Amino acid sequence: MNALAPVAGIGRSTLATVASLGRVSIFIAQTLRHIVTPPFYPREFWTAVIAIGWLSLPVVGLTAVFTGAALALQIFDGSARFSAEAVVPQIVAIGMVRELGPVLGSLMVAARVASSIAAEIGTMKVTEQIDALVTLSTNPMKYLTAPRVLAATLTVPLLVAVGDAIGIFGGYLVGTTRLGFNEINYLKNTVNFLEFWDIGSGLVKGAVFGFIIALMGCYYGMNSSRGAQGVGKATKAAVVSASVLILASNYLLTEAFFSS
Amino acid sequence: MIQLENVHKSFGNNAVLRGVNLEVPKGESMVIIGGSGTGKSVALKCVLGLVRPDKGVIRVDGEDITRADRDEFLSHFGMLFQGGALFDSMHVWENVAFRLLRGRLKKPREEAREIAIEKLRRVGLRASVADQFPAELSGGMQKRVGLARAIAAEPQIIFFDEPTTGLDPIMSGVINDLIREIVVEMGATAMTITHDMTSVRAIADKVAMLHDGVIQWTGPVSELDNTGDPYMQQFINGSAEGPIEAVR
Repeated sequence: MNALAPVAGIGRSTLATVASLGRVSIFIAQTLRHIVTPPFYPREFWTAVIAIGWLSLPVVGLTAVFTGAALALQIFDGSARFSAEAVVPQIVAIGMVRELGPVLGSLMVAARVASSIAAEIGTMKVTEQIDALVTLSTNPMKYLTAPRVLAATLTVPLLVAVGDAIGIFGGYLVGTTRLGFNEINYLKNTVNFLEFWDIGSGLVKGAVFGFIIALMGCYYGMNSSRGAQGVGKATKAAVVSASVLILASNYLLTEAFFSS
Repeated sequence: MIQLENVHKSFGNNAVLRGVNLEVPKGESMVIIGGSGTGKSVALKCVLGLVRPDKGVIRVDGEDITRADRDEFLSHFGMLFQGGALFDSMHVWENVAFRLLRGRLKKPREEAREIAIEKLRRVGLRASVADQFPAELSGGMQKRVGLARAIAAEPQIIFFDEPTTGLDPIMSGVINDLIREIVVEMGATAMTITHDMTSVRAIADKVAMLHDGVIQWTGPVSELDNTGDPYMQQFINGSAEGPIEAVR
């Protein structure tokens, strides 16, 4: 009996994982359906745009400027080993727009937004506000989930674009004030080096990450168990799963975009 | 008319409803009483479609609720939740006018606001409350706002879930009187769940007692004190001795 216990444990966790995947898949399908079918709630959508996009600008901007600045120092130091210090503007630019801008920016948004959505919807659930929505002839998926997921999918790429620019500016500041680069040449090297797809791929990543962030916030909020502890658990699970999914999907997207 | 026929509902191994049969005639006020955890809220949520029964049929005006157009069906209902369930991100008037600002009952914003203020007055609140947030109000005021929201779209059926829980006796009396007045005034069918006997006497035309997952007794409120039913006697008198097991 005891000898089979580990096998039973593996079986149970496998079943639980498959069940979770199924629930999330159904949630995604329902969300997508509610995004494209009426009624639409524009007021909720614009409120979400402000909350997710506009109010995340400071944290994304600060993350980007310090990341760009540190990146410039690191690349300068590393490239000096083979006398290639001149590539700092190009590597900062490509590093920011392809990877660090989308990934770090989205991780910061995940911490800020996935937690806030999960806590808000979770609290609504435990205080019967979700039930109240249903009795008021309003579908909670359509009213709460669809506008937030759509808003995050559209605004996170914009945040990434702003973060890219600020990150490159951080590298520029360090490059020109600390590392002795000429201002005009730094900018010229950055602009001439970047290709459309370098920036475009980062924006596509931003859209996918935005979708993941809002989806995880809504999913865990809607499935929050009773009480303050339930809401706390939902919030934690939303941030952790959004962060892990961002990193995992970043690898897959990078493989798809650049492996050839 | 609301009819529940042999309604069963279990959560895991916990059989909450074990064959509930109940009829609430049109325009009557039915109060369901019973101890905590006996499934009163579950029964109410089954009627609203918030919880799906495992077995049995629920009909509203003769129509099986599982076959009804959900939006159309719910547009006839109003509900006052135990904790108010007000949307804390919205102003009070937007809570009251929620149904009038979207969906098939949508009205222009100004008109919806006027109706909301009128409903707030009806439940004894000043117009100045309209622009406050729910968190700025006392528990009694939140219940009144919840009541105003429940009646805003002039529903034919109104549910009240523990309407006086958490309120002081005077405010409980005020809410009970308001509920009674509004239900009579609107000619609505009302279903209330409570374990507050003062509420029962103030609100009910008929009373049903839910215990062990079934309706143990039902009858007019006038017979409440004369019933020989031992369950009812124990509940009304709040006695620890009797057929209802009191866990101490």
